[in-house]
Amino acid sequence: MYRYDEYDQAMVDARVAEFRDQVERRLSGAMSEDQFKPLRLMNGLYLQLHAYMLRVAIPYGTLDGRQMRMLASIARDYDRGYGHFTTRQNLQFNWIKLADTPDILAKLATVEMHAIQTSGNCIRNISSDQFAGAAADEVADPRPYAELLRQWSTFHPEFSLLPRKFKIAVIGADEDRAALKLHDIGLKLVKNEAGELGFEVYAGGGQGRTPMVAPLIREFIAATEFVSYLEACLRVYNRYGRRDNMYKARIKILIHEIGADEYRAQVEEEFQHVKTLGLDPPAAELERIAAMFALPPLDAGAPADIDRSDPDFALWLDAQVVPHKVSGHSIVTISLKPSGGIPGDASADQIDLMADLAERYSHDELRITHAQNVVLPHVRNADLYAVWQALDEAGLGAANLDLLGDIIACPGLDYCALANARSIPLAQKLSERFDAARQRDIGELKLKISGCINACGHHHAGHIGILGVDRKGEENYQLSFGGSGAEDASVGRIIGPGFSEDGVVDAVEKAIETYRGLREEGERFLDTYRRVGPEPFKAAIYA
Amino acid sequence: MRLITGNDLATGDVIWWTGSDWSRHVAQAVDAGKDGEAIAAREEAALRVNGPYVIDATPGPLGPVPLHIKDRIRASGPTVRPDLAVQPLDAKAGNWVI
Repeated sequence: MYRYDEYDQAMVDARVAEFRDQVERRLSGAMSEDQFKPLRLMNGLYLQLHAYMLRVAIPYGTLDGRQMRMLASIARDYDRGYGHFTTRQNLQFNWIKLADTPDILAKLATVEMHAIQTSGNCIRNISSDQFAGAAADEVADPRPYAELLRQWSTFHPEFSLLPRKFKIAVIGADEDRAALKLHDIGLKLVKNEAGELGFEVYAGGGQGRTPMVAPLIREFIAATEFVSYLEACLRVYNRYGRRDNMYKARIKILIHEIGADEYRAQVEEEFQHVKTLGLDPPAAELERIAAMFALPPLDAGAPADIDRSDPDFALWLDAQVVPHKVSGHSIVTISLKPSGGIPGDASADQIDLMADLAERYSHDELRITHAQNVVLPHVRNADLYAVWQALDEAGLGAANLDLLGDIIACPGLDYCALANARSIPLAQKLSERFDAARQRDIGELKLKISGCINACGHHHAGHIGILGVDRKGEENYQLSFGGSGAEDASVGRIIGPGFSEDGVVDAVEKAIETYRGLREEGERFLDTYRRVGPEPFKAAIYA
Repeated sequence: MRLITGNDLATGDVIWWTGSDWSRHVAQAVDAGKDGEAIAAREEAALRVNGPYVIDATPGPLGPVPLHIKDRIRASGPTVRPDLAVQPLDAKAGNWVI
């Protein structure tokens, strides 16, 4: 875990004091809402349907028990007893009072947390692989590099007022668990032929109203130069990104319009200049940061065997647990998707429990996933049964990772001022329509729901995606198939005319039955859809 | 009929113009007629409401009902958390949100 140094702490504390003064001026009327709005957004404070919403940054989705407990405490003392984990590995509080916000931020600062740059046209929270540092398939832990980017991008004077928001993901494994190619910039750690560590750089991906898979912009940039290279990427975007039309202001539009080759050439030219400026940190600084992400002391001689005699535990093991890179240990994903529940929501008591389990069984580490779940990354196999029992008792024992019930859903019209339709009730109905045994029979199926075209629910990347729209004042839902946020990234295609809320649940069921009738050995829904195309699904749904 | 709604500046609560003040209950909202925008501007300047706007509604047996689903959800709270809903003034009121 990264620990703030005196500069980090001083910056965050100063920001809290600054925002406290801004809030006081707003409440006194010295500042209008038009003046205040950009300032509150820079501190993660939105005004949503029912109240102010505070989005707290969880850098690259990593936090410890002390920080998790603080989130629970804020949920209990200042909100309504729960929080919502987001697709950007952050946490949102839905019922915040403006007058309380400075105190909340001050409390967050005591545990090295903040809400800075969780909104606005700046570089947002850097996201990463939730299995980072524990996965057997990674070249290196991506989090030290993500932390470097956090420091580089925080309050970056040149990139605080970009044409539009900017999202970066960093991973270190071949399996993409972070939707890398659907980011403005995606960085994948690789080694070149000489064995040197560096990054593949993808740029211009994204979702929203114009979904695009990012093209590869550079096959290899050395880890010693990647900050300069990113500076060049952002400079070219900042210079040419369209500020005249917010719907065309993301980097994906720029790269699409000028072409990846032209963008690449301009970045290279800028890079030749930038790398003379000495922006990349000295090796000692990277080593200092990397040391804080060192693997905790795990006993490689710990027993690997797991007693699977409890059938419910065995089902949970098969769904939620994968091997750690150190023998005798596992990575546990806690599902925040109980049948009929609200995806990503956790009560203060549940958040506290997850903090307890992290401290007791996972070397005080937790991760938040972009699929709105929570990970205990370093659990001894011998402790898995105790972990499961505690989770199950707290309503956190669902065994549905990557199955139909593991739905990503944005807050939708139940909470969000931008939404056109509700997302959560659909997720609830779908998870209830398909019981656990049926979900296991269907196999991997990533179902994602957004309540508007901004696509916070990643519907474009769903094997099955659902988009809520407003049709003459009524909620209507478009269904798309064939999307993926993984290493085989693709954008789903709309299958046909939209549906009512109940109609789309029925349509999903028909599509799944079509898949079950067509699938070949080992095929996921996505594989079958890609093999046979949309026609059989269309025929079944619109018959 | 036309209602004025917005959020309480300090708490963020959804509030409705009653003709003389602001209420958390849409049932107490009144038809602002043609004066909606002017009242909204005056009240916002006085810091009694944040981000006010005028919406269309229809009269119902228990008070005004906003026409658009977004405003009906604002009036009652998230449909998926009835425990967090704004409790109606009339305990016998049915669910008219959706």
